[in-house]
Amino acid sequence: MSSVLRHRIRSVPPRYALVGIVVLLLAGLPTVISSYLTSEWAQALILAIAIMGLNILIGYSGQLSLGHGAFMALGAYVSAIMARHYHVDYLVTIPIAGILTGGVGFLFGVPALRLSALYLALATFALAVVAPSLIKRPKDLTGGVQGLLLVQPDPPQPAKDVFAAITGTAMTTDQWIYYITLFCALILFWLAWNLLRLRPGRAMRAIRDGEVAAAASGINVAGYKTLAFGVSAFYAGIAGSLLGLASGFISPDTFPVSLSIQLLVGGVIGGLATIPGPLVGAIFAYFLPIESDQWAPGQSWIPSQVATVIHNAGPAVSYGALLILIMIFAPNGIVGLAYSGYALLRRRLRGAGDRETGHVPPDPQTV
Amino acid sequence: MQELFQLIVSGLATGGVFASLALALVLIYNAMGIVNFAQGEMAMFATFIAFTLISRGISYWIAVPVTLVIAFGGGIAIQRLVIRPVERAPVLTLVIITLGLATLINGLAGVLFGYIPRAFDSPFPPSSYGVFGVYVGYQDLGVIAMSGVVLLAVYLLLQRTTVGLTMRAASHHPEASRLLGVSVSWMLALGWGLAAAVGAVSGIMVAPVLLLEPDMMQTTIIYAFAAAVLGGIESPLGAVVGGLVVGVTVNLVGVYVPFVGGDLQLAVALAIIVAVLVIRPNGLFGRASSRRV
Repeated sequence: MSSVLRHRIRSVPPRYALVGIVVLLLAGLPTVISSYLTSEWAQALILAIAIMGLNILIGYSGQLSLGHGAFMALGAYVSAIMARHYHVDYLVTIPIAGILTGGVGFLFGVPALRLSALYLALATFALAVVAPSLIKRPKDLTGGVQGLLLVQPDPPQPAKDVFAAITGTAMTTDQWIYYITLFCALILFWLAWNLLRLRPGRAMRAIRDGEVAAAASGINVAGYKTLAFGVSAFYAGIAGSLLGLASGFISPDTFPVSLSIQLLVGGVIGGLATIPGPLVGAIFAYFLPIESDQWAPGQSWIPSQVATVIHNAGPAVSYGALLILIMIFAPNGIVGLAYSGYALLRRRLRGAGDRETGHVPPDPQTV
Repeated sequence: MQELFQLIVSGLATGGVFASLALALVLIYNAMGIVNFAQGEMAMFATFIAFTLISRGISYWIAVPVTLVIAFGGGIAIQRLVIRPVERAPVLTLVIITLGLATLINGLAGVLFGYIPRAFDSPFPPSSYGVFGVYVGYQDLGVIAMSGVVLLAVYLLLQRTTVGLTMRAASHHPEASRLLGVSVSWMLALGWGLAAAVGAVSGIMVAPVLLLEPDMMQTTIIYAFAAAVLGGIESPLGAVVGGLVVGVTVNLVGVYVPFVGGDLQLAVALAIIVAVLVIRPNGLFGRASSRRV
């Protein structure tokens, strides 16, 4: 190994290593957990994609949408209708669903330009509530209340061979769908990271923090706001399309208002305006109700009546309480807490910060 | 023609329900500049309290005022516990908190009262009253009368009493009011209490029609949003007019436009919201606002 390469590897920021570890863990997950659990993780990743879309909109551009469940529904139905009625390969329909939903989101963003965050929240919330009854209307196309059944793809032979070589068991459909989802999630997170740390991201944050000041600095406010809406809907569309693939069945009830709330909860728990936030938030938002459901009745020290109450309360109570508590005590979510904890730790380790101003001496490595 | 009049009258009755809930939204909007997404769930919870009281054998006409007092106290408690710590936070934070509140109250109602829809008896006789061939249900008349009384009471409170004047002052000029010795924070709490009580009326009035269950207000709140947006979200009078217009429009469109029918009536509310926001974002009675940079 040449010394140049060794130097380059050593100069990579530690967070890149962390990203690499997370990606490897996610890629290796299906080889150690059951096929059923894998499908649950696929659902969590799908949620993460949708929350990333919402994060671009809420966290970075400061517009509130409570209707992303409706955009997911649009993506899912575009894919399902193309696959069922026109016999297009489902994998091909995923990007098409994303682009189409993104286009609709872009159009929705045009009237949204004139609205404050509050009015936008109202309009999108109404959209989320109305969506199921709108879907039911064109019965021939959407299958009405019955919904649409979808054929889940078999894993291709090369993937099967590799998987069998590693684990010694045959790859199931759920595991294959997990890998498709992971692939999409990686690409979309990478895209979001690039979008948000470069010019568009800076422009969106400037608009979020002060619209008039941003306009005065020559930022195209209207353009970036609609762009944020379009990109955000694109993510939701892909997530919806993948959700159809993962569950093998979609109906109007797959996309209730509570789905939009779940996305918001995930975004808030993980941490808005951060890149890892949506992933962390999605894992929490997906597994929290499931785990708390199973955890309380299994604990012997909790009286059975209390356990029953916790069990009956379902996700609504814990979601609601979490939303309120996190917004009051940790508005930057789990990732925000981790960042500030890490910053605190570094400051302690480096020592000698100015106590009065909080000014920290520059990092010795970068000087 | 008779059918048209009958539809208008029953539209006015549902409009009265929307108007009360929209008025509750406007009260909180005026107090702190946010839309309270939990308003419908708060009304639903109050209706469950009324239901519990009535099923214990208490007369309707005693149970309802008691419920309103409880709702008033509950509104103040919510403001003190949940909203006050973040009073100065950005709108986005506050809206997310009210959504959390909505989810929480909905879940709590499910735990405490169950998800089975219950019949909520109306104090008004089910028969109807005929004038010139137009039959008007006593139920509808009762709802119109009750919402009229509530709206009048709120108007008198805000415009004719010292407390109302102080509340309006606190929301228009918080700094100046504070200098004059007004406890702005408590005025906000009072606003929440009042809104909770007014919203509770809408829940109690709509329960006999919709059946009482935790998701009862989920559609009503959308109509109330439409009403508040149509009237101009800061105008109490606008909320009332908006509510009545939305009630009648939804009723007429549901019958006369075959494409909409019964199941897409909610989409009419969405269409109203979007149309108003695109064409006239300040609503019918709202004033154009200017912001200092």
